Amino acid sequence: MTEAIVEVKGIRKTYDGGVEALRDVDIAFPQGQLSTLLGPSGCGKTTLLKIIAGLIPHDAGEVRVKGRKVDGPGPERAFVFQDFALLPWASVLRNVAFGLELRGVPRAEREALARRYIAEVGLEGFEARHPSELSGGMKQRVGLARALTVDADIILMDEPFSSVDEQTRRKFQEDLLELLRHRKKTVLFVTHSIEEAAYLSDQIVLLSPRPGSVSRIVRPAVDRSRSADEIRRDRNYLDTVDDIWATLRQYV
Amino acid sequence: MKALGSLALWFVVWEIVGRLQLSSIVPPFSAVVQAAFTILPTEKFQAAALISLRSFGLGMGLAVAVGLPLGILMARAKSVGRILGMWVNIFVSAPISALVPLLMAVVGIGETTVVVTVFLFAVFVITLDTQVGIAHADRSLVEMARSFGATRGQLYRKVLLLSALPEILAGLRLGAIRGVKGVVIGQLLVAIIGVGELFELYSNHFLMEEFWALVIIVFLFAFAVSEAIALAERRVEYYAASR
Repeated sequence: MTEAIVEVKGIRKTYDGGVEALRDVDIAFPQGQLSTLLGPSGCGKTTLLKIIAGLIPHDAGEVRVKGRKVDGPGPERAFVFQDFALLPWASVLRNVAFGLELRGVPRAEREALARRYIAEVGLEGFEARHPSELSGGMKQRVGLARALTVDADIILMDEPFSSVDEQTRRKFQEDLLELLRHRKKTVLFVTHSIEEAAYLSDQIVLLSPRPGSVSRIVRPAVDRSRSADEIRRDRNYLDTVDDIWATLRQYV
Repeated sequence: MKALGSLALWFVVWEIVGRLQLSSIVPPFSAVVQAAFTILPTEKFQAAALISLRSFGLGMGLAVAVGLPLGILMARAKSVGRILGMWVNIFVSAPISALVPLLMAVVGIGETTVVVTVFLFAVFVITLDTQVGIAHADRSLVEMARSFGATRGQLYRKVLLLSALPEILAGLRLGAIRGVKGVVIGQLLVAIIGVGELFELYSNHFLMEEFWALVIIVFLFAFAVSEAIALAERRVEYYAASR
């Protein structure tokens, strides 16, 4: 097994109203792999992802990134938001370059980089458009390009496809796999879709309902060198889906 | 076009009522327009306009300088919002005019009183709208900026203020309209200067054509300021709708 790039130890989180969201969560996320946090709604998977991102404080335990304890956001982690979180007044180009803009990278340099990633996520020609002119799938491609442009090693994705229609989602999943394998990124992915988890993941972390804790870790033995359609008919893929459902159904 | 039509209709009615000489305080509209063109070039009017504009500008400038930061503070620091929120809400609907004579006792009779009156008329609505705008700014945009390492200053400059711009502009527009009222009321009630002095002069000498002409000029000024800000509002509306 490859070395863990993100480690979560004994994380606890109770919200102000007294709702216990997470209890003693321990997970190791291997470098260069795609890990999914999967569980019933309200199991704290988004909370956990945001704690790892440094956006929400935790009550106990620690988050280690590349062995270093972290308490806030950092340049080695980039976040892709469920609701896209694009600046509505800014063009696609400025949105994609926004992470670098905040870091003070000169305009010409950051826009050149942004253009490259815009092309890479398949949005060439849309640089001057504004978010309101884009479909949900295109908006999320902008969100992904923004996360790639800052060149973080770890990409945190919070249900990135939940507000995207089915056809767009499939195409996007395929593109995502292709892109990430190519760039050797570590991805932490929150989803409530079993199929999505089984299709994308090297490691699936199943969380129990509130208070969330690790219920099981599944490593699907799916051969990803094959085409998307072949994977979706693969025995191991289908077994993984059944296996996960067997665990999750007791929580529903 | 509809608005212009209704306006034209009113002017016709006004003209007829004036010509019928039903009341000495309603001169014909055409006479009022004529009076407007007679008083506009006079030195007296221009001096009055200048002093009124200066009071308006200073009062509005102060109102923005105080209202904007205060509104932001109230939205971002919950304790401040709770403590001041009630007062701002009271004052935004309170009859500020009643306070003007009191002001006179504190700051004396003069331009300062008018500036303070304009300030008081405008500042609360600007504060309130800024607070609402900042408080309703998209939380996930704030999270996004933080996740990409935004500093506090960047968060305000590049996300929060722009996000609240529609509400802030609405506050400025309402503040400016109230500010114009503030100038006239301030000048009328206390300081016998500027446009207020002219209003006094015309009504005391029963110069009704001039009086109404001045009313229309002040109205047109308020309308122009409000429309200029509304134009800026329409420019940001396209993104405001997609929030």
